[in-house]
Amino acid sequence: MANTETMTLNMGPQHPSTHGVLRLVLELDGEVIVKVTPHIGYLHRGVEKLSEHRTYHQILPLTDRLDYLAPMSNNLGYILAVEKLMAVEVPERAETIRIIMAELTRLQSHLVWIACHALDIGAMTVFIYAFRERETIMEIYEQISGARMTSNFFRVGGLSQDVPDGFVKKVSDFIDVMPGYLDQYEGLLTTNPIWLKRTIGNGVISAEDAIDIGITGPALRGSGVDWDLRRDTPYAGYEKYTFQVPVGEKCDTFDRYKVRLVEMRESCKIVRQALDKLKPGPVLADCPQVCYPPKENVYNSIEGLIHHFKIASEGFYAPEGEVYQGVEAPKGELGFYIVSDGGNMPERLRIRPPSFINLQAIEQMSVGSMIADLVAVIGTLDIVLGEIDR
Amino acid sequence: MGVDNPLGDNVITTSLDLLVNWSRKSSIWPMTFGLACCAIEMMATGASHNDLDRFGIIFRASPRQSDCIIIAGTVTKKMLPVIKTVYEQMPEPKWVIAMGACACSGGIFDTYSVVQGIDEALPVDVYIPGCPPRPEALLYGLMKLQDKIMTERNSFGSAIGLGQRYIPEAA
Repeated sequence: MANTETMTLNMGPQHPSTHGVLRLVLELDGEVIVKVTPHIGYLHRGVEKLSEHRTYHQILPLTDRLDYLAPMSNNLGYILAVEKLMAVEVPERAETIRIIMAELTRLQSHLVWIACHALDIGAMTVFIYAFRERETIMEIYEQISGARMTSNFFRVGGLSQDVPDGFVKKVSDFIDVMPGYLDQYEGLLTTNPIWLKRTIGNGVISAEDAIDIGITGPALRGSGVDWDLRRDTPYAGYEKYTFQVPVGEKCDTFDRYKVRLVEMRESCKIVRQALDKLKPGPVLADCPQVCYPPKENVYNSIEGLIHHFKIASEGFYAPEGEVYQGVEAPKGELGFYIVSDGGNMPERLRIRPPSFINLQAIEQMSVGSMIADLVAVIGTLDIVLGEIDR
Repeated sequence: MGVDNPLGDNVITTSLDLLVNWSRKSSIWPMTFGLACCAIEMMATGASHNDLDRFGIIFRASPRQSDCIIIAGTVTKKMLPVIKTVYEQMPEPKWVIAMGACACSGGIFDTYSVVQGIDEALPVDVYIPGCPPRPEALLYGLMKLQDKIMTERNSFGSAIGLGQRYIPEAA
């Protein structure tokens, strides 16, 4: 009779494949996982509390740093929630550029995902390749906002500024070559026997369980649930675009990998459609109570300067009420829930991060498998601790 | 100054110091220790475009094998004891780089849960500002650390157990 005593093992918060500062306490029977307990809070920065003491415009830089792999998606979610609260109409050009950037952000986030996921399982080459393409997206970010990661580019009512010359060409060139790069990754992974052995049948979660837990994003679609907020509850003008929502069948890590790769191809198509739609025009709504004035007014007239100063220092007063806006961030449904008491700062800002809820599936996905498979499960969930701990 | 340097400063010991310093600066092995956003830029620095390997910098997953820790991200009060433990596990000689506004000073997160700068706990050698710093900034910070390592004295003596390393005040 074998000894059935279990062993408790600590994994993290300093561990190269826990994607940041996640700590897992594992209960092991030999090498088989019996129980997984995630311990979070190692990156708790108090973003929600900080937001209660900042004007609506000042909260935006905090949202960049939630899911730092997808800053523009976070910006978009927050900005849409505030615009819903203030009932601001966004000009068409701003809306189109937002979609281009949101989809490039999805590509960027998925590139880091495939890089880390493959690196964790032992495929170093993909990491080097994916970061090469990510660098191009970073250049586009820098071109339009001046920052590589924490872009802070969107504003309530539109964008902080129009995109510079050469933006369309740069994005267009990138979108042209990106599918070829995706073929490269697939060539390295999809037929790689080691990759197949590590991913097929790993981290299985059924559609019912996924819905019960509240998983969203590619992790949900990998389990065969056809649900995408961009298509099912359109926001920011997504109803004007046609794209496929990929769905998996076998509910395992390999299917989630396939779903994300198809998603990246679809993102390229959405960006292409948006580039075709892009027409000259204003990028900021004409709504002086809420929006910043155009920069030429600020520099050339005293009224514009006063206006800018007032918006920057005092902000705007939101009507009493509450509003929720969810967007399809690269990792799932990212929601912002704002409660306003009529002041210039939210009374309460609640963030529904996709990673936090997706992480709950880790136990169901990894119990009964080997400890080495847990690393693949963490990779396939695509968690970001900045968002989980907030 | 009170520095313990039994070998003294002569042409043989300083040449040996130079050799030891040169070897150390040419093989800085930092720990893969990402805390937050800056860790992604740290990865980008190590990846294809910027390529840290050409400086002899290879990321190690264990503190026992590394001699430099890059604090890349926000340090929270819950994380601080872990960082201290990891730092203590690193063998001498060891250096600390504070990467980004959060690690330098707490950055924009002036809250109840965030440590306002890692220098409250660890002796920082190089501060790199930025939120997050560009890969070029991290490269520059690492080169500054290399310059600092080159100014160290008695590194040979301390390596064989005689005296301690120090940086001359005028240097």
